[in-house]
Amino acid sequence: MTFFLETLIGGLLAGTMYSLVALGFVLIYKASGVFNFAQGAMLLFAALTFVSLQEQGLPFALALILTVVVMALGAILIERTVLRPLVNRSQITLFMATLGLSFVIEGLAQGLMGAQVRALDLGIEDVPLFWGDVMVSQFDLVAAATAALVVTVLALLFNRTRIGVSLRAVADDTRAALSIGINLNRIWQIVWAVAGILGLVAGLLWGARQGVQFSLSLVVLKALPVLIIGGFTSIGGAIVGGLIVGAAENLAEVYIGPYIGGGITPWFAYVLAIVFLYIRPAGLFGEPAIERV
Amino acid sequence: MNQHSHSLPASYDAAPLELTRRAWPWPLLTLLLVAFVLIPVLGDDYWLNAILIPFLILSLAGLGLNLLTGYTGQTSVGAAGFMAVGAFATYSLLLRVPGLPLPLALVGGGIIAAGVGFVFGIPSNRIKGFYLMVTTLAAQFFLEWVFTKFPWFYNYASSGTISAPRLELFGYDLHSPLGRYLLVLTSVVLLTWIAVNLVRSQIGRNWMAIRDMDTAAAVIGISVDRHKRLAFAVSSFYLGVAGALWAFAYLGTASASSFDINRSFQILFIIIIGGMGSIAGNFIGAAFISLLPLLLNQIGQGLLSGMVDAGQLQNLQKIIFGMLIIWFLVKEPEGLIRLLANLGERLKAWPLRF
Amino acid sequence: MHLPLKHKLATVLLVLSTANAVSNTALAATNEQFFPLANYRVGAYASSGIPVWAGMIDYLRYINEVEGGINGVKLVWQECETEWTAEKGIECYERFKNGLNGAPVAVYQPNGAPAAYALADKAAADKIPLITLGYGRTEATDGSVFPYNFPVMLTFYSEASAVINYIAQREGGLDRLKGKKIATVYHDSAYGRETQSPLALLAEKYGFENIQIPVADPGNEQSAQWRQVRQLKPDWVFLRTWGVSTPVAIKTAARFGFPVERIIGDIWASSDEDVLPTGEAGKGYLALTPYPGGSEFEIHKRIKQHILDQGKSDLKDPKSFGSVYYNSGLVNAAIAVEAIRAGQQKFGHRPLNGEEGRWGLEHLNIDEARLKAIGFYGLMQPLKLSCSDHEGGGAAKVQQWDGSRWTLITDWVQADRETLRPLIEAKSNAYAKEKGITPRSCASED
Repeated sequence: MTFFLETLIGGLLAGTMYSLVALGFVLIYKASGVFNFAQGAMLLFAALTFVSLQEQGLPFALALILTVVVMALGAILIERTVLRPLVNRSQITLFMATLGLSFVIEGLAQGLMGAQVRALDLGIEDVPLFWGDVMVSQFDLVAAATAALVVTVLALLFNRTRIGVSLRAVADDTRAALSIGINLNRIWQIVWAVAGILGLVAGLLWGARQGVQFSLSLVVLKALPVLIIGGFTSIGGAIVGGLIVGAAENLAEVYIGPYIGGGITPWFAYVLAIVFLYIRPAGLFGEPAIERV
Repeated sequence: MNQHSHSLPASYDAAPLELTRRAWPWPLLTLLLVAFVLIPVLGDDYWLNAILIPFLILSLAGLGLNLLTGYTGQTSVGAAGFMAVGAFATYSLLLRVPGLPLPLALVGGGIIAAGVGFVFGIPSNRIKGFYLMVTTLAAQFFLEWVFTKFPWFYNYASSGTISAPRLELFGYDLHSPLGRYLLVLTSVVLLTWIAVNLVRSQIGRNWMAIRDMDTAAAVIGISVDRHKRLAFAVSSFYLGVAGALWAFAYLGTASASSFDINRSFQILFIIIIGGMGSIAGNFIGAAFISLLPLLLNQIGQGLLSGMVDAGQLQNLQKIIFGMLIIWFLVKEPEGLIRLLANLGERLKAWPLRF
Repeated sequence: MHLPLKHKLATVLLVLSTANAVSNTALAATNEQFFPLANYRVGAYASSGIPVWAGMIDYLRYINEVEGGINGVKLVWQECETEWTAEKGIECYERFKNGLNGAPVAVYQPNGAPAAYALADKAAADKIPLITLGYGRTEATDGSVFPYNFPVMLTFYSEASAVINYIAQREGGLDRLKGKKIATVYHDSAYGRETQSPLALLAEKYGFENIQIPVADPGNEQSAQWRQVRQLKPDWVFLRTWGVSTPVAIKTAARFGFPVERIIGDIWASSDEDVLPTGEAGKGYLALTPYPGGSEFEIHKRIKQHILDQGKSDLKDPKSFGSVYYNSGLVNAAIAVEAIRAGQQKFGHRPLNGEEGRWGLEHLNIDEARLKAIGFYGLMQPLKLSCSDHEGGGAAKVQQWDGSRWTLITDWVQADRETLRPLIEAKSNAYAKEKGITPRSCASED
């Protein structure tokens, strides 16, 4: 029983790390209908920028602020050069454009800042803690707390500020939002900048664990099933989806894995996602699309 | 060819009977002649092995995906998974059914891939659009796992790789670059011919109706679910054959990782850049995707070698490749095939427009 | 509308093709040996690759500028980006196999497992020997079936045996292995599974419990695997990961309280790049390697003096000088150079082709004296290849990470190659049967 509990709690906490990555996708999808495959590259770029600045001897806070500025500038550039010319194109075209974008960002990241592995120390110890017999990781707890903080900030941003309200208006009905004078381009810039900052947060946490290097961009593949289960448009969904995926994946690897040869984590989350989709075709929290002929 | 496209005749009687009058397709014949005769005579190993064979196979894979995505409107990012099924199934057939001729093994591999595609197409009755894409992603990861996990599929080789046990046809050894090129070319030509006719048939038209709006298609009496599953199956058949050729005619050996998610993206790129819902677009897209990096590489080696650090040169190529993709998507949403068609139209009127 | 376009495309292809054919035939007899560098400087594995190429290029440059080439034959090299994939690896091979401006290829290093597998048959058909150090088909050790494949120095089978012998050393003898639990945490791929059969054989022989735990690619989340390790409480963990899965494994092990001094990394989990991101967690981590880290070997002094200090090094980050991967580049290049030198003794001091390169490899004998002469003593084990043995060597050193650098803690730990040989021959015979190859007789060679 302890082992089960430990696996469950460990899985749930690991899931919040996925949620952090998924949140960046949700934001952009909500505001511009773009499934941004370059989120992983943005995550890599943000973490690399931060580490490189730190290597130059900058203190933590200053490096963080500068990276945020860089990501915001990047967002404006992306909006100008990629999104604006592609407005009103099909989702798949936009998706492919972000794939192209990910090549550009990865090339830039490695070209400007080098391909070597960098260590990143956030000063959080990754050692076991014991709650009774149940072992949990301190690092995971910090990650979960960060995720909670991020969600709170996002919720406040969406519900309490003018920008947030116009953002929701855009997500709800782009044309109506335009007609009441909301500056769509600015909203997009803001959203991409926020997604870039989310990428930074996720990149730092993941980077502290595995080192800052190219593979950081691969964590997006972990975030996809989270999005499916939670729905592409719901921030709460991203969190719940992450928890479900984290827990299910860990339990499955430990309890089902040994019977079918193990190593099932890459696809198990996807299969779970299909099952969820079959029951709720727009995700747990997604809004079902209404089709008109 | 379509000089009448600008003005429509006033009545049916005045309309030219182009449908029934068929001229000799000279350009096609020239192309086939070049492909079957001239290239084998002139092409060297490098061109056959490293450029033409992968180009043709990627075109075929693009064609398979285009049937599903471009013609039926079901986005899939699991193309490579079905290619893997084709490769491993063909391998099993060649290995375990003694005396089975190569073409039958290829077709058999394709049919097995079609069956798997059919199964993964079942959710398409409820799941649509972007969410369907994810079910194909699940297929991708699941199939990759199956082919690494169960040694039976690769005949218990410790390396987990498969290699073509025999590549021969009617006693001819097809191991030479030329033999493999002709094998690939013949398969591609045959399957392309079938595809051209398929998309013009009732099935093809139903697919396109579903793509344009599946609710409307259902209203006019097309059985949407059945046709979607059929599209999955046919598409997977093409992908399966392409996968088998990729493994045996191109790579020589393959493992599940030869068919990873990046291959799926590559094939998706081909059809989007070449042109969704176009047969010739697949060839142009495949040429773009497989030749552009080589071209960039050669240019980089030739012009900038020595001046720029080798690593930076590679990164620069990657950036340029990404930018070109975005540029094409911005410039021509319907793909390169459209771009070339427009160019052709312009040339026809050149230099005197209007 | 479609057809003329395809036609145009074909014409363009054709024109390019003939242009290319012409450039290839522009041969000039030169006294140069071509050294193709199929490498990867971008993508997921670039961080591992970059120091390797630096090591290779620095050594080749050293041979050219200090020793005046190999017996007067200068080396020329050109790079080609493979991104560690099979298809780009094939493209590079096809581009390079006919040599460069008349300088022929004697040996080819595919530098990447996918390309190595894909090229195995092609290279045999083209008569170009492939050198795969620390990767590639283990059964290619049997040169009678695989005449053009050279998995030199340390195959995965030998590696498995060496790690067991090292554990036995630590436990106090092979008889003390009985009842011990040895878990292998492996990257779930062809590479990762390669040690399963030798370990099963050795487990049966010595009576230890053989536990296999797979990590799915890319392996950036491993809590499930290490939770299993924590539950099974093995005495030792043999870590066979690659790329990002190594630092994640070490960090996750620390998180689950598994002692890092009981984890032994394999050849692809033994580099500086693997442990640098782990910080405190990696202190005390053990790793097995045929090319240990360190910049105090004789060859490093020479290269430092003639190349590094002259500003001619390919190394961008001087900190990497003497890193495990840089040293692997040196060792790889040295084997190729020595093979060419061996071939020149028979064929004369001139550039060699692939067939002559293979003869050189099969008669390669780098003994201790030779190692001292070329400055590789301690960095590289003695290596003697023959027709029936394409591996040679079969030993590794164990190094320990102290938080900033590797310290060697053993001399060469030799694998029990006789025990494993039947396993290898069974595999190579199966391959020969599947492919219809008649093994050549090694007795009639030489």
